[in-house]
Amino acid sequence: MDTYSLLREIADSWVLLAMFVFFLGTIIWAFRPGSRKVHDDTSQIPFRNEDRPGDAASDTKIKELQS
Amino acid sequence: MGNYLKLIALGLITLFAAVAANWGRDLAYVVHAIIIMLVSGFMFLRVLRATDEPVQAVATDGYMDGVVRAGVIATGFWGVVGFLVGVVIAFQLAFPQLNFEVLQPYGNFGRLRPLHTSAVIFAFGGNALIMSSFYIVQRTCGARLWGGNLAWFVFWGYNLFIVLAATGYLLGATQSKEYAEPEWYVDIWLTIVWVSFLLVYLGTIFKRTEKHIYVANWFLLSFIITVAMLHLVNNISIPVSIWGSKSVQIFSGVQDAMTQWWYGHNAVGFFLTAGFLGMMYYFVPKQAGRPVFSYKLSIIHFWALIFLYIWAGPHHLHYTALPDWASTLGMVFSIILWMPSWGGMINGLMTLQGAWDKLRTDPIIRMMVISLAFYGMSTFEGPMMSIRAVNSLSHYTDWTIGHVHSGALGWNGMITFSALYFLTPKLWGRAQMYSMSAINWHFWLATIGIILYAASMWVTGIMEGLMWREVDANGFLVNSFADTVSAKFPMYVVRGLGGVLYLAGALIMAWNMFMTIRGGQKVAARVGVPAE
Repeated sequence: MDTYSLLREIADSWVLLAMFVFFLGTIIWAFRPGSRKVHDDTSQIPFRNEDRPGDAASDTKIKELQS
Repeated sequence: MGNYLKLIALGLITLFAAVAANWGRDLAYVVHAIIIMLVSGFMFLRVLRATDEPVQAVATDGYMDGVVRAGVIATGFWGVVGFLVGVVIAFQLAFPQLNFEVLQPYGNFGRLRPLHTSAVIFAFGGNALIMSSFYIVQRTCGARLWGGNLAWFVFWGYNLFIVLAATGYLLGATQSKEYAEPEWYVDIWLTIVWVSFLLVYLGTIFKRTEKHIYVANWFLLSFIITVAMLHLVNNISIPVSIWGSKSVQIFSGVQDAMTQWWYGHNAVGFFLTAGFLGMMYYFVPKQAGRPVFSYKLSIIHFWALIFLYIWAGPHHLHYTALPDWASTLGMVFSIILWMPSWGGMINGLMTLQGAWDKLRTDPIIRMMVISLAFYGMSTFEGPMMSIRAVNSLSHYTDWTIGHVHSGALGWNGMITFSALYFLTPKLWGRAQMYSMSAINWHFWLATIGIILYAASMWVTGIMEGLMWREVDANGFLVNSFADTVSAKFPMYVVRGLGGVLYLAGALIMAWNMFMTIRGGQKVAARVGVPAE
């Protein structure tokens, strides 16, 4: 079998399946239980650290205050 | 020690460029060698003067905003240049006499056209993307840019790439690949700059203080990585001589065409869409003062967009030597792509839920909304045009040009203008832009300009497509090509006027930015320590 046909066969079987499963996995992962809290927190990122870099310590403090 | 190594490297580059300027086989190559010799000679002197001098301490605790400021200015500058060249070539098409005899061959349409496309996409759009990446990644990671002066190297290196590309087109160096015209040595230089860009970006993400990576960074990172991949594959070529600009592509025939449009369409998908969506996911929530409508939708938007876009390229090659299965694949993926595109548009627009009143008072929000509206419109039009039957009418006509411009002027242009209006006061510590009513003027001039442009191109495109396929009772073609050209004249003038309005809006913006930066009371600096 020439290289083209071999690669083509791998691409439209296993690679296609793997990519499709990965894609479905990302969607399922987005809807996993408990993701709402994480997403709510993440969507607030643009409103933090406006003027200066954050530091890990003060960040956990903010999270504690929020929860 | 570092300085000595730099001096050796810069000295060697200067020497090599001087030799190349002498032995160069063509004009573009010689001019480029002289430019490189001057730039590296200047850098040599700069490093030399700093060598063995006491090193000045640089504050590294704040954000690195100097390079973002430079990027804001460069974006405004290249925007005006790119739009101006666009207006010139629009009128050259309407009035061929404007291809002045004394300017031949440098000033004719064929050489100015790639100058226009590269100036607006890579100079205006690219600088906008680089500067907003640097701004967004610092704020959303809560970390200063990684790599110190590497960010400055990216900025100046990228703008040197633009100068080399632009002068090359005028002097006739091109590898004749649309949106990838620069010749081999310019491509190598861009690769070095782009890898540095990736390093700065990734380094900043690695040292973030936020636990999660905000969605804008996902889009921007996919833009940087994919553009690197596209650039490397589409520019595989062998130079004819190291002393000349001409190179020969490795691929040929339909393989070359497919590689080119895999590149070309993903340049649209990842440069003009994913990158600008990264800007949208930061600037729209910031300006609206509300978090993005649905963070879950933004995750699905991201994965669906990048998984689908990469397959859509073959729709540029309907009815060619490309196998049918490949162009059908491209068409099907283009149509599915409609879903994530509109998901993203809805996500952006719905971010304003509960803040719609700002549309009346805030011209920047208005610009963001019109930009999302044009994003939605052109991502509906695109899939429709990719359908083979529609494409048989629309391809090779001005409809394609109208489609590209409603996306580029409407979506990319408007979101960039609103980002500039957001960033300029912030970065120079002003309360707001110098003139808010000037933003309003810009908004209306640009919007009416786009409408004139898109509407005239729809009319002329469909007319042209129908004229080309019109046959008489005996099966002979009714119209010659020249018939369609003369029939298009009024629409070409309208298109040029639309461009004039759009350029006028950009000039008002440039004036507004200049006045904001220069004048006015300084409000207490809101941007931490000025970098470098």
